[in-house]
Amino acid sequence: MISANNHGVDQLSALPDAWRAEIEAGLGADESLQVWLETDLDTGLRYSRGLVALTNRRLLALQAEEPKRREWTFQPELSLLHHDHAGVGTLELRDAASCLATWRYTIGQNPAAQRLFDEFERQLESRLSGRPVERPPEERCPKCNTLLEPGQEECPVCAREIHAPPSTRTLLRLGRFARPYRWPLFWGFILTLISTAAAMVPPYLTMPLMDDVLIPYQSGKPIDAGLVVLLLGGLLGAAVLAWGLGWVKTYILSLVAEHIGSDLRTATFEHLMRLSLEYYGGKRTGDLMARIGSESDRICQFLSVHVLEFATDMLMIAMTAVILFSVDPWLALVTLLPLPFIAWMIQLVRHRLRIGFEKADRIWSEISNVLADTIPGIRVVKAFAQENRETQRFRAANAINLTVNDRVNRIWSLFSPTVTLLTEVGLLVVWAFGIWQVSRDQITVGVLTAFLAYITRFYTRLDSMSRIVSTTQRAATGAKRLFDILDHVSSVPDPARPVRLGEVKGRIEIRDVGFRYGNRSVLRGVDLTVEPGEMIGLVGHSGSGKTTLVNLICRFYDVTEGAIRLDGADIRSLAVADYRRNIGLVLQEPFLFFGTVADNIAYGKPDASRQQIIDAARAAHAHEFILRLPQGYDSLVGERGQGLSGGERQRISIARALLIDPHMLILDEATSSVDTETETEIQKALDNLVRGRTTIAIAHRLSTLRRANRLVVLDRGRIVETGNHDELMAREGAYYRLYEAQARNIDVDLDETAEPGWKMEHKAKDE
Amino acid sequence: MQAPDFQLKRDAFGRLVLTAADGSVCEGVVPVRAFPISAPGEGIALVGPDGHEAAWIERLDQLPQALRQLVEEELARREFVPEIRRIHEVSSFATPSTWKIDTDRGETTLILWGEEDIRRLGKSGLLIEDSNGIHFLVRDINRLDRASRRLLDRFL
Ligand SMILES: Nc1ncnc2c1ncn2[C@@H]1O[C@H](COP(=O)(O)OP(=O)(O)O)[C@@H](O)[C@H]1O
Ligand SMILES: [Mg+2]
Repeated sequence: MISANNHGVDQLSALPDAWRAEIEAGLGADESLQVWLETDLDTGLRYSRGLVALTNRRLLALQAEEPKRREWTFQPELSLLHHDHAGVGTLELRDAASCLATWRYTIGQNPAAQRLFDEFERQLESRLSGRPVERPPEERCPKCNTLLEPGQEECPVCAREIHAPPSTRTLLRLGRFARPYRWPLFWGFILTLISTAAAMVPPYLTMPLMDDVLIPYQSGKPIDAGLVVLLLGGLLGAAVLAWGLGWVKTYILSLVAEHIGSDLRTATFEHLMRLSLEYYGGKRTGDLMARIGSESDRICQFLSVHVLEFATDMLMIAMTAVILFSVDPWLALVTLLPLPFIAWMIQLVRHRLRIGFEKADRIWSEISNVLADTIPGIRVVKAFAQENRETQRFRAANAINLTVNDRVNRIWSLFSPTVTLLTEVGLLVVWAFGIWQVSRDQITVGVLTAFLAYITRFYTRLDSMSRIVSTTQRAATGAKRLFDILDHVSSVPDPARPVRLGEVKGRIEIRDVGFRYGNRSVLRGVDLTVEPGEMIGLVGHSGSGKTTLVNLICRFYDVTEGAIRLDGADIRSLAVADYRRNIGLVLQEPFLFFGTVADNIAYGKPDASRQQIIDAARAAHAHEFILRLPQGYDSLVGERGQGLSGGERQRISIARALLIDPHMLILDEATSSVDTETETEIQKALDNLVRGRTTIAIAHRLSTLRRANRLVVLDRGRIVETGNHDELMAREGAYYRLYEAQARNIDVDLDETAEPGWKMEHKAKDE
Repeated sequence: MQAPDFQLKRDAFGRLVLTAADGSVCEGVVPVRAFPISAPGEGIALVGPDGHEAAWIERLDQLPQALRQLVEEELARREFVPEIRRIHEVSSFATPSTWKIDTDRGETTLILWGEEDIRRLGKSGLLIEDSNGIHFLVRDINRLDRASRRLLDRFL
């Protein structure tokens, strides 16, 4: 527990400089700053800084425009109100008769606002009653107001807020994937070096062939057959050597590249599997598929073909340059003349190409998105006869693809021939300069021939080397898009030092939980304790946040405010997989993977024996219908278990949950989508499943929840009633009306049955 | 211009109070646009604190002046979609990326989580959702200055 005074000193020193002097000067004797909120909007919703500060005596507000400073001393009837809408939070100060002031801020400041709101009530209460402040014996993160575990210093929420963008030098980052292959890579490089060197020999031998054999013959000397054989033998040997080495090195390096590409793909997928549902909520399937599928392939291509070529070319150019300079520096200088031009041009187009490729890749994702949208939805497309419209959508995406690629091609188509032209001109210059030098007897004809032989190669390489610009940019964008996935930190991260889960009892405490999807607040101030072995029935109309609460308990998402604890430990401090192993989940829409029935049942426990699988199926009342399938437990169920009816699929998913023998069981409308007869079957299966486990069951039909120990009624993200069936019926509240209406078989909206009173229980309201 | 069958006034707490034709009173109604982007002036619901629609306004410009002003005021208090006027700099072309921007509501920064948070509106408009879930509007890309357009283009 933090003492009030200490707290005040901390608060003052943590205050941004702009405000500190002003606040400090205004504090009276034994007045101390408690909490503050920096607002970033004014009342007209323009960006503007302001401060709302709470002392143990009053509320102070500072702002940039007039009135610069306002204050309200504590008095009875003063109250704060706090709500948010569409990303903007509002804090309102009222007395009994009217609204005294409002402050607006963007949602990022919400934790501070919440803290101010909580503390305001405590301080006001304490000041008016003269009793010391009663602070709950818990520590909260000073930045974001999250409950901290005793002794936990690092806040699990703040620790994960990583806003740093990934480095853009993405291709270099592929090094991480190359490390395991450094020896093959090393040998590959050595081989490249030798084979390139071997390829340098033939032009060199043209020099003695010219100067010592052909030219002397023209001036009347006989041909030295021995020398010719020796030189030609050298030529042949070098060629064969270059061929052999080239073969081996290409093989080694392609192999490595293939491995790197496959590692990259797997790593990305592995990482993707760990990301939270929040990530998937914001991504489109087609886009992710395109990234993992084609981008990794592109990188692999780049590594296996182009990098290799590029390395060879670089070596060749370097070696050629050395040889040329050693033979005749002046001629060499002229030879290398086009190089700077080409370098300059590369620089010029590189940037444009990259942007073009980025766009092309995005459009490619868009094309995949159309596919990923339409194919699973094909029944709807056909039912509404919208085939043409989807085709149109596909065509449109494709057309953009064409335009974008056209832009790239236009740049590219100019670039490549220009390089060729430059090299042709270069050749011309060398001829001219060479003839001039020969005429002045500065070099021999042999030297000129050798030069020409070298640079013809050299220039063709230059041309192909410039091509690497495009492939490099292409691979770089691919790598960037993969690293976009790889760099994404899961929003439900594993803690750095996870608390070990001992024997799980199954006590779930939901403490003051708030949750929002983006800026949309869905749960507020939910408090609930589920004892081990207890069965809770969660009811409420559609959209009231039942599934959301269950998602939080499963830790598919992390709470925005408050905490959820299992046997006293914050679930954020547990290893995610460890924790989830204790949860059996049955959803309304059971998902069956492509595979056999047995595989699907054993999904959560792949090492289950056949006997165990059958036992689970029996308990789930699935055994008999499975036996009726043509291949029993070995029957294949399609992509979405299309061969099975809804009730059958549901029972398989119940068997799946039963098999892992979880301590906690979560049923989210497990029987809503089936007919009553099947429901009775499923209900029997569920009764087996529920026994002795902490259970949270959501059901549309209230009769399904007859076994529940307690019923919890949710409405618009708040718990409005709790109790068992009889208590709630006696209370004649929301549940009563819901039940009555259902008994009369009228589908009822909970809102209409509600009294106005029970909604206003909490002051912090959200619109 | 036809008179609506309800009355609206603001109380001391700044809330809108609606009196329906049958005399029932609803405190704290809020106006909600049905098509905030595609047709902001048409179809506005007055929604009560219980989340139920208390009244429906067909077109804003057909309301009597006083009423219309009340509704518009309240809309202005609730709606926060800053319009981007200029992009000064972006921290990187890879996401997450922090943008320093100028909006019609002053200067600020936004953090873009991913390129998919940029949604196209019609031919040349954009709606950008930042990491806090606040939406920023670009009404017409072509009306931005060259430098901003160049930066933005890298994300499209
Ligand atoms: N992924 C999501 N993103 C944004 N809003 C969501 C998401 N899932 C649910 N919601 C919203 O949250 C509210 C509660 O939804 P949910 O928990 O599924 O309700 P219930 O299960 O009680 O029918 C609904 O208003 C719904 O629109
Ligand atoms: Mg649901």
